[in-house]
Amino acid sequence: MKYSIFSLARAALNGHKNWPRTWRDAAPKKHYDVVIIGGGGHGLATAWFLASRYGIKNVAVLEKGWIGSGNAGRNTTIIRSNYMLPGNIGFYELSMKLWETMEQDLNYNTMVSQRGIVNLYHSDAQRDAYARRGNAMRINGIDAELLDQDGVRKMMPFLNFEHARFPIQGGLLQRRAGTARHDAVVWGYAHAADKLGVDIIQNCEVTGFTRDKAGKVIGVETSRGAIGAGKVGMSVAGSSSRVAAMAGLRLPIESHVLQAFVSEAIKPLIPGVVTFGAGHFYVSQSDKGGLVFGGDIDGYNSYAQRGNMPTMEDVCEGGMALMPIIGRVRLLRQWGGIMDMSMDGSPIIDRTPVEGLYLNAGWCYGGFKATPGAGLTFAHLLARDEPHEEAARYRLDRFRTGWTIDEKGMGAQPNLH
Amino acid sequence: MRIACPYCGPRENGEFSYLGDATPVRPSLEQGVDAMLDYVFLRDNVAGEMQELWYHGGGCRAWLKVTRNTLTHEISAVEAARGAGAAKVGKR
Amino acid sequence: MSSQSHRLASGGLIDRSTPMNFTFDGKPMTGYAGDTLASALVANGVRLVGRSFKYHRPRGILTAGSEEPNALVELRSGARREPNTKATTAELYDGLEAASQNRWPSLRHDFLSVNQLASPIFVAGFYYKTFMWPAALWEKLYEPLIRRAAGLGRAAEAPDPDSYEKAWAHCDVLVAGGGPTGLAAALAAGRTGARVILCDEGTQFGGRLLSDGGEIDSMPSGEWAAKALAELEALPNVRIMARTTVTGVYDGGVHSALERVSDHLPVPPAHTPRQRLWRIVARRSVVAAGAIERPIVFPGNDVPGVMTASAMRTYISRYAATPARRIALFTNNDDGWKTVEAALAAGLAVAAVVDSRAEISAAQRETARGAGFAILNGAVDRVDGGKDGIGSISVALAGGARATVEADGLAVSGGWNPALALTSYHRGRPKWRNDIAAFVPDSPPPGMHAAGAANGSFGLAACLADGHAAGASAASDLGFSKSAGKASSAADAPETPLSPVWHVAGKGKAFVDYQNDVTASDIELSAREGFQSVEHLKRYTTLGMATDQGKTSNVSGLAIMAAVTGRSIPETGTTIYRPPYVPTSMGALAGTNRGEHFHATRLTPSHHWAEEQGAVFVDTGLWKRAQWYPRAGEKDWLESVTREVRTVRSGVGFCDVSTLGKIDVHGPDAGAFLDRVYINTFSTLAVGKARYGLMLREDGMVYDDGTTSRLAEDHYFLTTTTAKAGPVMQHLEFCRQVLFPELDVQLTSVSDQWAQFSIAGPKVRDLLREIVDPEEDLSNEGFPFMGVREVALRGGIRARLFRISFSGEMAFEISVPARFGDALVRNLMRAGEPFGIIPYGTEALGVMRVEKGHVAGPELNGTTTAGDLGLGKMMSSKKDYIGRTMAGRDALTAPDRQVVVGIRPTDKARRLRSGAHLIPMGEMPEPSTDHGYVTSVCFSPMLDQWIGLGLLARGRDRIGEVMRAHDPLRGEDYDVEICNPVFYDPEGGRQRG
Repeated sequence: MKYSIFSLARAALNGHKNWPRTWRDAAPKKHYDVVIIGGGGHGLATAWFLASRYGIKNVAVLEKGWIGSGNAGRNTTIIRSNYMLPGNIGFYELSMKLWETMEQDLNYNTMVSQRGIVNLYHSDAQRDAYARRGNAMRINGIDAELLDQDGVRKMMPFLNFEHARFPIQGGLLQRRAGTARHDAVVWGYAHAADKLGVDIIQNCEVTGFTRDKAGKVIGVETSRGAIGAGKVGMSVAGSSSRVAAMAGLRLPIESHVLQAFVSEAIKPLIPGVVTFGAGHFYVSQSDKGGLVFGGDIDGYNSYAQRGNMPTMEDVCEGGMALMPIIGRVRLLRQWGGIMDMSMDGSPIIDRTPVEGLYLNAGWCYGGFKATPGAGLTFAHLLARDEPHEEAARYRLDRFRTGWTIDEKGMGAQPNLH
Repeated sequence: MRIACPYCGPRENGEFSYLGDATPVRPSLEQGVDAMLDYVFLRDNVAGEMQELWYHGGGCRAWLKVTRNTLTHEISAVEAARGAGAAKVGKR
Repeated sequence: MSSQSHRLASGGLIDRSTPMNFTFDGKPMTGYAGDTLASALVANGVRLVGRSFKYHRPRGILTAGSEEPNALVELRSGARREPNTKATTAELYDGLEAASQNRWPSLRHDFLSVNQLASPIFVAGFYYKTFMWPAALWEKLYEPLIRRAAGLGRAAEAPDPDSYEKAWAHCDVLVAGGGPTGLAAALAAGRTGARVILCDEGTQFGGRLLSDGGEIDSMPSGEWAAKALAELEALPNVRIMARTTVTGVYDGGVHSALERVSDHLPVPPAHTPRQRLWRIVARRSVVAAGAIERPIVFPGNDVPGVMTASAMRTYISRYAATPARRIALFTNNDDGWKTVEAALAAGLAVAAVVDSRAEISAAQRETARGAGFAILNGAVDRVDGGKDGIGSISVALAGGARATVEADGLAVSGGWNPALALTSYHRGRPKWRNDIAAFVPDSPPPGMHAAGAANGSFGLAACLADGHAAGASAASDLGFSKSAGKASSAADAPETPLSPVWHVAGKGKAFVDYQNDVTASDIELSAREGFQSVEHLKRYTTLGMATDQGKTSNVSGLAIMAAVTGRSIPETGTTIYRPPYVPTSMGALAGTNRGEHFHATRLTPSHHWAEEQGAVFVDTGLWKRAQWYPRAGEKDWLESVTREVRTVRSGVGFCDVSTLGKIDVHGPDAGAFLDRVYINTFSTLAVGKARYGLMLREDGMVYDDGTTSRLAEDHYFLTTTTAKAGPVMQHLEFCRQVLFPELDVQLTSVSDQWAQFSIAGPKVRDLLREIVDPEEDLSNEGFPFMGVREVALRGGIRARLFRISFSGEMAFEISVPARFGDALVRNLMRAGEPFGIIPYGTEALGVMRVEKGHVAGPELNGTTTAGDLGLGKMMSSKKDYIGRTMAGRDALTAPDRQVVVGIRPTDKARRLRSGAHLIPMGEMPEPSTDHGYVTSVCFSPMLDQWIGLGLLARGRDRIGEVMRAHDPLRGEDYDVEICNPVFYDPEGGRQRG
């Protein structure tokens, strides 16, 4: 049933008794052309692009829990394409363009809301770095504006312009950036992929790879039995190393915990997304009214999906330094996700040394905004066996060649990216 | 998280900074590029008990080897990291 | 409505001698000390207190605790306005102002209650199916409407004027909750000598005893609680913390707790914070957080006047306030009946008890007979009413017949859910117990134990025994062997088991999550559409996502989902519990680190003197550094900076460079150690000489640079950049301790120990001769370029003198112990007066370094190699060093890398800006023609034009090429010439002197 205000109104007449499942509860078949491990946003988007753009519909998405139960369901929902380096900049803009048509493409309201992002700067050096970044964006056809202090004040008069330890001097604005409803992205891709025949198989944990005599991956072992596959794609951010290890691979990735926070719902206060340049704090306000915010990763390897107090306090200090009017707004909930922190802060979309096994990993804390872009480019790689031109630099061997993509300039120290 | 520094006693993890897996040993120049690539860029990324390097920058500036479970964050041992990444230990 | 129309003439734990005035929505009312805002509202006959989130339904008070979903208000006003404050936990104070929220124009007449008319469409997740066309209207129309309607209260409009604190506490046993269980646990642990902290979120200890009474150790429970508290207060090893909620548990036994220090006062007293965030490190903890009574889901269960049974008797017994004159009870368990007893004791009428169980005890029948009310075996399947309260209560009787009950208050008890949050914060999943139809804790965090109602032991006797045992065993685990004393005892009446009732079907909306307006049919719809996992259910319907985090709704919701999908409740499972247990103000979490105190401020040794000179300061990391020293008559910073540069280049000036990181490297292997961390060689450096050094990261990129001197055979003095002072120290300690333990070398950070000044300009020697002991030879021969020596100053202080130059002028750096820094500056100024000495700031320093083509932060950006910086020749091939192997990778040695070049606009009058990109002439700016960018710029007084440095692909082959500086952000595009990065004195004759 197509979703629209009309179908909704019709359904209201009989108490919404006839809505079908948003996606079928598929049981695994014996064999698929492509098996995607990981029913997060990336995996489901990959399946949808395979089916809708590359004509490969005999696809299964295997999810060990419930779709969207990993990082897709626990991020801070920000979308943006304010990257700087070749390799990143085109990819994230491709992704941003896909966000802009997502709802119509999927017939699902994912609440893509382009309310803008402002990265604040507090020093001349930061301004210069943002000027470099913003100009790189403009040269790549991406919107960017450099605001001075007055420009920021006009947009967000509630920020701390007085008595600040590091006064706000201005900001880099991308108006097309914003937020999207993270769970809806998962469900939207599931809904649309399912309609094209993709099997979404929940509670199906991959426990091993099936290899032929030459070592090629020809399927997966799962908690719901063996499933044959022409190709296997991994989209399991947070668990990439664990899954790759089943194929004997070691990755340039560490798993780290990133915490996120939401306040009680309040009436609209913050127009878009704002990031503090003098501390670890960024925030947006959800449509429900909660301030959704976060900061830096805790900094130690973790698979626990929860963090500790020093980081929480550091983030809240940043929040209060930036917006002292929220002193009496209450933090409602803190949570944590497992980040695939890569060695240069950029992702990997590539073939692996194991034939038949393809990798989409290493998204650090930036995977959500990449969802449609990663879906398209990973689907391209799986379908064509060659990288999509906008993801061509996300090579696994770039650490060997040295062509790393290091936006922060921190080198092979994952917890500093 | 509390780390029991052998020199300073138990302290909150905010006093420490983290480097990562304590197992890899820095290869010598003679071991060549592959060994160094492995050392610098590849990780076991252990899910479970792991030996790792922490620096007590907010205290005694000792590098510590901490045995910690990455699934539960439970710490079972803390010792000085002296020589943990050294290829030449014992050969002197 | 007369004031306190619903206050009983006597009884309760309120202080009638202390009346308090307050207002609700501007209307003046009175209450008493000891009231909560909710109990005072009840006493004033207020039923309608708020509007729900989505449908804007009229809502009353549901509970009497921190689980309240409905009675949220904006408390206080102006800069102290607190949105979403639970009236049920807000203590009344004289002058309290509260306002209802999420309504317009008024609570009684809320425009958005029209949403109820659209409720057939506004079902769970409806917004995912619509608002898609046309795409542009989402941001312009739909979303703004949704956003305005959503949200609850309003944040304050000015910075929070109150202060907050943080504190640490350490104990052996932390007891969370001061009810009978917690008091028993604290007594047992405290008597053994263990250090105990007992926290309770309320003002008074006793928990349910304050409402339910009963007898303990043959005395009234209130008396027992007072005695227990007195004993605890007398124990020096026990700390009692009222108004303190344990909100979370983290690794290593760290618990967070929020103390509401001044929230019960109109404003915090002087020098007293509003709230204090505690980090309590406990070796063991006992969770005695009690249980939360759950409502039953039936149509109309949200009509104001419907209340949990325990809340209703709390208002009656503890606060002597009557939510209703004539009450009915809907229960599935014996505990609910206590509300009937409380009502009768207060002289209220009881209309009926609707009990879902067929088996009713003789005592209960006797109560009903005595009070003259009916016991109806069945279930309430509809409450009619509205903002003025309950109209009528419809009951479906067990046999199929129907009954109607006339009452103005309905107490509901669906059983009790242990407060699981703390025990589940480490992701331990609770386990289901059929006998009490509730989840109980399982696999709690290390060292934590749940006891009493929090562990599913609901009777008073069970709580006392359980609490005592938990406290005693926590202490004995830790080796406290003294006796825990005798456990207190009480008699629990025999109980008829509860029979679970989750949802009573009927016509109309039956609310599961009151605040978020999630109904039973929403859960059915969620199941129908495939959102059957509890996480999907939560996310699709928003069940449990409101400010109460589902404390009254989660278990009911998943029970309904279990029923709909034909699974058991434990199979259906729970969502993840996350801290904090009660919402915690951002102010408390930030503590004192806000405003100008967000981060520490570091001052240089010359800071106070510079302040006297009227210097303009700039933040460099945590440091405040003098940026320039304006003089009267100078029209802008550029004029001041230009004067400073000209003076240095023609006379003499000095600059505080104490912010550089300084590290003493001692030991016989110091030289060998430095050889391994720098790309160039230091072991061959002669004593008394300095050398510029460059460090790489292990991945081959440049990490940091600085000048390192050899002061003695076994003593080097290493400097780092200001920004990397801490990280380089950490890195060197890593190299020393972890990688190269065989080297006999020690590192000492001496950054704060030395005040260091660069003194530069052609007249520097003339000046120094006035400062330094006349015996010291400062001639070019006696103190050559890159020479280093300790010298005596006039007056006897020893100083270190380094003949090094960042400015390109004849220059020395002088360092003295930090405590002499201020005196040295004043002496320099005095001695330098005949030579026209000036201080110069970081801007002039930066201008001179750009003129000299020295790289700094913008070029050392973590992605440049030594070769990119023009320093490739420094890389020794005779030794291993950090980064050597990886620096040889293809990309790091590729010929088309971006390398440092000089840049100047072809139009000399043109200003150059950092961040402009470099595009070949005649090309359109696009990714393939983006060849580099401008990293650093300055106005060069020497060249009389703007100049800069940049990183440009194949830059060294392009000297003389004219390119476009493309700066669309600032609307600029102009021609620049690529040149050698050393603009001034390229031969270096001036510094060699």
